Amino acid sequence: MSAQARQAGIRLGALNARERNVKYLMFACASLSVLAIMLIFLFILRESLPAIRQLGVRNLFLSADWSPNVSNPEAGSYGMLAFINGTIMTTLSAMLIGAPLGIGAAVFIDQFAPPSIAQVVRRGIELLAGIPSVIIGWFGLTLLVPFIARLTGSSGYGMLAASLVLVVMALPTITTLSAETLRSLPPELQEASVAMGATRWQTVYRVLIPAAREGLLIAVILGMGRAIGETMAVQMVIGNARQLTFSPLQRTSTLTSRIITDMGEATGVFRSALFAQALVLLILAMVLIVSIRLISRERKH
Amino acid sequence: MNDLTENKMEIKNLSMFYGDFKAIEDISLDIPSQRITALIGPSGCGKSTLVRCLNRMNDLIQGCRVEGEVILDAENMYTPGYDVIGLRRRVGMVFQRPNPFPKSIYENVAYGPRLLGIKDKQRLDGIVEDSLKKAALWDEVKANLQESGQNLSGGQQQRLCIARVIAVEPEVILFDEPCSAIDPVATQLIEDLMADLKKNFTMVIVTHNMQQAARVSDFTAFLLVQVQGDPGRLVEYGDTNTIFTNPSDERTERYITGRFG
Repeated sequence: MSAQARQAGIRLGALNARERNVKYLMFACASLSVLAIMLIFLFILRESLPAIRQLGVRNLFLSADWSPNVSNPEAGSYGMLAFINGTIMTTLSAMLIGAPLGIGAAVFIDQFAPPSIAQVVRRGIELLAGIPSVIIGWFGLTLLVPFIARLTGSSGYGMLAASLVLVVMALPTITTLSAETLRSLPPELQEASVAMGATRWQTVYRVLIPAAREGLLIAVILGMGRAIGETMAVQMVIGNARQLTFSPLQRTSTLTSRIITDMGEATGVFRSALFAQALVLLILAMVLIVSIRLISRERKH
Repeated sequence: MNDLTENKMEIKNLSMFYGDFKAIEDISLDIPSQRITALIGPSGCGKSTLVRCLNRMNDLIQGCRVEGEVILDAENMYTPGYDVIGLRRRVGMVFQRPNPFPKSIYENVAYGPRLLGIKDKQRLDGIVEDSLKKAALWDEVKANLQESGQNLSGGQQQRLCIARVIAVEPEVILFDEPCSAIDPVATQLIEDLMADLKKNFTMVIVTHNMQQAARVSDFTAFLLVQVQGDPGRLVEYGDTNTIFTNPSDERTERYITGRFG
């Protein structure tokens, strides 16, 4: 109910029928997203239950042997550990590179750039956020993978290429939110520091970044959220092998890239095991969201 | 002015512009050493602008420009290439709204010394204790040095900010309406503190409170914008007693007797 509607309601003493209907309509809109997340969760849980029941937690989540059998799904092995590892490793390495880059860019925009240049950088980052992931993946496939191959003598496919692609995808989120956090700091902080004889850089790393710590952390976590679910661009550069590896230069898979690679031919328990992968992905994403809630609550205290 | 006191600062024909707007014009006055000089005048007369010219805080504002000179110990601080960072360590500032960092009380006071490269824990401890004592805050906070400076009351925060400035042993402390955001009891404490600090520091205070200027300062400068849109100009400057009891300019008299402003 809008403030205006509320006022009208007070003036008339009661809401007329049309106002009431609008209220129900808005309530339905609001409920829809809550309903959607619940349905998605329940649906994925239901679809993955057969695999969990048949294979057991150990063979499904803690084994790295993924040997599906397309013609006779029951005969295959469906251990997803390699892909959980791939997802976590690529996301974390992407953040290791992306967090300093994004926060650095935000500090540049907020503190060092002349307004005209800051504006150009800001617009550029907005554009980057709007590029469809398949285009970034293609760019990774045609430029990045051969480049890594030439540099290292490997195939070029693997977690390194995937992480770098994810950096590009997460950078707009991290930069925009970090810049927003820095901008919302009270100007008195900077004034106080400068008046103490601090240089711009000293002010940034001794006062502004510590003061913005929680907000910056949230920016990075939301960037992780972007990275952890990215599918297309990762599938194009990670090599899509089934092996468990910690080497950034060997082909492997993430949960998302494995689902999209296998979903066309999966039936029975094979299909259910893919849903179990989706369940793990969903839980990982929720852990990120919950950690943001916790950090925000901490900040309010 | 007073032959016995030497001048710490000399402001000479100072004008300052925000873009095309001239905020203050042709102001000349001397800031005597180890005295408190008050800048008074109605809102918008340029007194805050003037005080921010004295440690070049106005440098932070885009499009601001200064004409004239501010001499600190025989050197014009607006000379090209002048060490502004060093200047701000010599000329500290306390702001209108208390602005402690979101750090512990200890780290707030240790901020300046750390900037100067002091890392020795014992030495920092000593500086923190000493500065908090000089700022008359030690007894209230000595048990909670690790608490956030922002959890203190407004008046305590302002004294913490004073301690933070004292910790780098500046020569001059500028106060930009330091009591406008705190209650009368806390104001009293800060005024007493200023009288105490006079032994070691040269101070300039901007205040809209004439009683405060009369109570704490040795010299008073009265600034005024004659017609709206004009820059602020210095109307009268002299011994605080004289300004408040026997001003030579009629406008000063009308202001201090509360007829406008």
